[in-house]
Amino acid sequence: MVTFGHFVLPLLLLGGAITVEVQRPRGVPLSKRQFYEEDKPFTCLDGSRTVAFDRVNDDYCDCPDGSDEPGTAACPNGNFHCTNAGFRPAFIPSSRVNDGICDCCDTTDEYNSGADCQNTCREMGRKEKEELQKLAEIAEEGFLLKKQLIQEAKHGLEEKKTKLEEFQKNKKDLEANVETLRTVKETAEQPEREAKERHLKAWEEQKAAIRLEKDRARMVEVLVELDDDADGFVSVAELQSHSELDPDSDGSFTEAEAQGLLRGMDKVDAVVFETVWNNIKEKYVSESNADIPPPGETPPEETPDIVSENDSENYPDEDIPEEEEDDDDEDDDEDDDMDDGDYKAPPTTRTDEKKKDDDDEGPMPPYDQETQALIDAAQKARDEFNEAEKALREVEDQIRNLEKEISFDFGPSSEFAYLYSQCYELTTSEYVYRLCPFNKVSQKPKFGGSETSLGTWGKWAGPEDNIHSVMKYENGMGCWQGPSRSTTVKLTCGKETVVTSTSEPSRCEYLMEFTSPAICQEPARFDSGHPDHEEL
Amino acid sequence: MSWMCSVMCRGLFLRRMGPVLLVWLAVCLGGTWAVDKGNFKTCEQSAFCKRQRAIKPGESPYRALLETMELTNTRLTLQLINDNNKVRLLLELYRLQGNITRVKINELKPLKPRYEVPDVLIREPPTEPLSLLSQDENGVVLSLGPESQRVIVSARPFRLDIVEGRDVLMSLNSRGLLGFEHLRMQEEEKVEDGMWEETFKSHTDSKPNGPSAVSLDFSLPGVEHVYGIPEHADTLKLKTTDSGDPYRLYNLDVFQYELYNPMALYGAVPVMLAHNAQRTTGIFWLNAAETWVDISSNTAGKTVFGKMLDYVQGSSETPQTDVRWISESGIIDVFLMLGPTPREVFSQYASLTGTQAFPPLASLGYHQCRWNYNDQEDVRSVDAGFDEHDIPYDFIWLDIEHTDGKRYFTWDPHKFASPKEMLQGLMDKKRKMVAIVDPHIKIDTNYKIHNEISSRGFYVKNKDGGDYEGWCWPGSAGYPDFTRPDMRAWWASQFAYDQYEGAMENLYTWNDMNEPSVFNGPEVTMHKDALHGAWEHRDVHNLYGIYVHMATAQGLIERSGGVERPFVLTRAFFAGSQRYGAVWTGDNAAEWDHLKISIPMCLSLSLVGISFCGADVGGFFKSPSTELLVRWYQTGAYQPFFRAHAHLDTPRREPWLFGPENTALIREAVRQRYTFLPYWYQLFYLAYHTGEPVMRPLWVEYPQDPATFALDDEFLLGRDLLVHPVTEEGARGVTAYLPGKDEVWFDIHTFQKHNGGQNLYIPVTMSSIPVFQRGGSIIPRKLRVRRSSACMEDDPYTLYVALNNQRTAEGELYIDDGHTFNYEKKEFIHRRFSFSNNVLSSV
Repeated sequence: MVTFGHFVLPLLLLGGAITVEVQRPRGVPLSKRQFYEEDKPFTCLDGSRTVAFDRVNDDYCDCPDGSDEPGTAACPNGNFHCTNAGFRPAFIPSSRVNDGICDCCDTTDEYNSGADCQNTCREMGRKEKEELQKLAEIAEEGFLLKKQLIQEAKHGLEEKKTKLEEFQKNKKDLEANVETLRTVKETAEQPEREAKERHLKAWEEQKAAIRLEKDRARMVEVLVELDDDADGFVSVAELQSHSELDPDSDGSFTEAEAQGLLRGMDKVDAVVFETVWNNIKEKYVSESNADIPPPGETPPEETPDIVSENDSENYPDEDIPEEEEDDDDEDDDEDDDMDDGDYKAPPTTRTDEKKKDDDDEGPMPPYDQETQALIDAAQKARDEFNEAEKALREVEDQIRNLEKEISFDFGPSSEFAYLYSQCYELTTSEYVYRLCPFNKVSQKPKFGGSETSLGTWGKWAGPEDNIHSVMKYENGMGCWQGPSRSTTVKLTCGKETVVTSTSEPSRCEYLMEFTSPAICQEPARFDSGHPDHEEL
Repeated sequence: MSWMCSVMCRGLFLRRMGPVLLVWLAVCLGGTWAVDKGNFKTCEQSAFCKRQRAIKPGESPYRALLETMELTNTRLTLQLINDNNKVRLLLELYRLQGNITRVKINELKPLKPRYEVPDVLIREPPTEPLSLLSQDENGVVLSLGPESQRVIVSARPFRLDIVEGRDVLMSLNSRGLLGFEHLRMQEEEKVEDGMWEETFKSHTDSKPNGPSAVSLDFSLPGVEHVYGIPEHADTLKLKTTDSGDPYRLYNLDVFQYELYNPMALYGAVPVMLAHNAQRTTGIFWLNAAETWVDISSNTAGKTVFGKMLDYVQGSSETPQTDVRWISESGIIDVFLMLGPTPREVFSQYASLTGTQAFPPLASLGYHQCRWNYNDQEDVRSVDAGFDEHDIPYDFIWLDIEHTDGKRYFTWDPHKFASPKEMLQGLMDKKRKMVAIVDPHIKIDTNYKIHNEISSRGFYVKNKDGGDYEGWCWPGSAGYPDFTRPDMRAWWASQFAYDQYEGAMENLYTWNDMNEPSVFNGPEVTMHKDALHGAWEHRDVHNLYGIYVHMATAQGLIERSGGVERPFVLTRAFFAGSQRYGAVWTGDNAAEWDHLKISIPMCLSLSLVGISFCGADVGGFFKSPSTELLVRWYQTGAYQPFFRAHAHLDTPRREPWLFGPENTALIREAVRQRYTFLPYWYQLFYLAYHTGEPVMRPLWVEYPQDPATFALDDEFLLGRDLLVHPVTEEGARGVTAYLPGKDEVWFDIHTFQKHNGGQNLYIPVTMSSIPVFQRGGSIIPRKLRVRRSSACMEDDPYTLYVALNNQRTAEGELYIDDGHTFNYEKKEFIHRRFSFSNNVLSSV
């Protein structure tokens, strides 16, 4: 039971009768001409159906593949063939036939729409030829340059390999040297350490003696100060006048508490006071400077973090691993320097706190000659060792870099190798864009402001058959509510190596156009015109 | 577009101020995926709402003074007295043509005039005679026209009941919640908090006129389902509000709005529909001030079992819904639309506020939008992308970045240096463009628009009389006073081709931010004590958007000498906005729930006259999964306004960026849309002609079938297409309710026939868009889908004749030139088809 059918309103139908061209129905390419034979039933090209020939191009779709309507818009999935004499022939979707828009340069798609189309095929053909010619010239020159680049890269690679070998040999020597010097250093450090310890111990003992003396002197001072009635004794009452000595600091310094401090006695003489003194000396405030708060309650010293705060301001993002590694290295170096400091300056301790204590006893006396000689010898050994180690590290770095460079994918013939460690800039109205191939892309406001990373080298990202046509830089600075910035670099053939344009098609996804001879393909022999494609 | 967070986090800032911004960003991201509710008032925080809501049901202090009654041929007037303070009100009651009753209550002698909303009604509604049936000391009974309808005015306490036969249709002040804060001198009475000044967050509202709120309750016996009062991101069937805030109507730019709650959004239409199996009625509360609507129900919360128990036990309590409207200022002016059918309620409402503007045909096609297409080259390449991938589209859109520094009516001199060239390029392909024009105007003495508005004194004034300044996209901005007819006329004149440089006839307009959005204002909008001439912003707030829309649409009409139909999209709206163009649901998000809510949000708008509704396809904020994007295209293709849009910070999402398979799925969805354009166009003609919505809840066509009353995951287009889009992630199938016991429904893709009155499980794949054509209908389509709707103008129609069980079908076809007002001169073809006895005939 058919309850659902299609009806076409006759009054609204286009009068699209078939108008067969000289050789073939409208919209049929020459190559398919043989399937459209007049006066014979037409079989849909997919073989699904056969219809009378007058149903071809009758503006009603009969074939599921659209092949019965090559010259009308009737089938949703059909194609119309434009001959485009003078230019390239083309297929356009059937839906563009008679839609009032000129698609075929030979105007054949608009035969019944009233659109005013001009035949532009010759003009376009000429333009395209010129364009192709130009491109071919560029490609030709570019390809020559590319060959040079390949040569250079080859040489460069050989050089690098040779260098690498040298470095590796060098490295072995340096390693041996480091080991030798390490032994020398360790041998020299042993006596140095012992001598330093001796010196320090002597100084500590001396300091203790000085401190004891000072303490006694102070005790006597205090005794005199406390002994208000100058009877040679310190009494409970006299002690009570110093409320800071209140053992429980509850605000009332009672007689009993004072007596407790005086070991149960009402008053003590100078001898007994010596034992009392130890209990009160921490708290005691001299009457002459009672306003000054006792030591130890000064506000905590500012820790010297300012430097690192500055660091974090310079690098707000934590995703710049390389730089951070560098920082670590610097720190190591600083540590080394500190060691040196031991030798250069008198061995004052480094923290402020200790310095305060030291002030009482004065600076440590310089090392005696013998010790100093040992230190000098050890330091010399250390320096030599450090230097040797540094040299080794440098060589190792160089080896690593070389190995990295040698193993890098610079294209099938290493033609992109010349871009390594180069940078190219493009200035727009607002920003300076900087592309350092195989390294990073960045953007800096033209009129001041900090640089923003638009990504670091990720990978070659062209289509499978031409993977070296697109570079991808990833993990740049993060975006609000979005991914981190990234840049796609499209390479096109050019004589020069230039960034030709940048854009941000999507928030934080940048696109850069980059020309280089390295991407130029060997130009196909280019004769005038392109007879393979041109139809007359 | 969006609010502060994205303003602050725009690229420029990030690039230049990265380090400084980090802390701030963390804050921003921390609370990012929901609206910051703290930025918007609750009823408790809105002094008048709190005061009025505190009035409890019970004995009303209002009494009708029957001796003051005057009855003329067209109206009844009567004084009411508040026995507590002896303040008198004047009640006016009108019987309007088409079964509408209008009730107006104002102060008898207000200290100064109270605001009455102008320009929303299309005319002074024509009245019908009222007649007195009986009167005694307890009240008055009047006849409402020829039917057995009566209105009973009870005197003590004052109460109105509208009765038909033995049924009470609606009662006013039956719970005694009428509240009318009379204007007063400040020293006159005891002052409550928030009466003369109110502070919210850092903003103080000076309230020089003191308290002025109005409120009234309505009882709807027999009603369990109420709808409408958009805009809210909530279900189609409105919920009771006893346990939370009332639904709020106050046009606001809500950043990243949350779903399923009664918070105010960008637009407000104070119209509620009430429905049961016997009758549909409507309440139109004509007030433009901040408004809150409370809904309670005696059956809410009862389970089906509980209701059944009532039935078995013969519980006599009939279901009833009670509604209370509260507005901050103005008067009570309410239209009771008495149906009785849904169609009659639509036509009653249309007789008051007009019908949907008949849009140009092209605007029913697909719209490609993004914040932003960066420059002319970008526009060119996106346009070319549609051709390359053979996807039709009609409009490409430019958001705020196309302007010269957010100065509307201008173009960025670098990125859009030759707009006419660009527009010509589109015109060559019979395509069009929309450019945004927002109402906030950059304060810049080198900007012509600003200078003219400023020198003509057209800006809204602050409470001290100076030009009101707010912060919006351009930075410091002024807000033209669109409530002034001379301002609107001037604004309209700016769209003339010799004024709007770079514009051509295929450039149309989009009004965003017209709530108005004021980034640094209270609740991201204008201060209520700002002044529009004699009136406070408080009085006119919800009208600002419709006035902007009105003036812009007028401008597009005038630039063509009144020949061409305008197309203007607006975000803010009010009752009557349907007359000026399309609306969309604002800044949604790329989430499945946002896809789902697009259906009830547009249905709610459709019910109150605004048919041309859509949601941003793909979701504005965030980035959709490919599956969500495809499903959204499939849904949007069957919603009236079909536009993809995306936030500036999201990755590109033109339809061909997700692999060939998904490109094909999206292409197919868009192509389905284009094949149905003749049907869409006919539905819009009908909407323009009769006020019937284009997109309809099922209950509108099946009003006696309670199974349809709360459905909002499927909908009808006209009477004849039923759409149940797939809105669930990873869906393997959907269950669609096919209404009508005697109906049959045909799958439009397979032509498979299904019986009505059943829940049908439909297995789905990624290509499925479950759509059914009603047996008995004839739908015109155009199957030659081309680059744009204009390219299809001369193409043949294909009629899809779906037979019902009686093997008959009916349908119609409307054709005109698609873009001018000539249809008003009857320059169109409107044919009816019928099919019976295997013969198709046309009249």
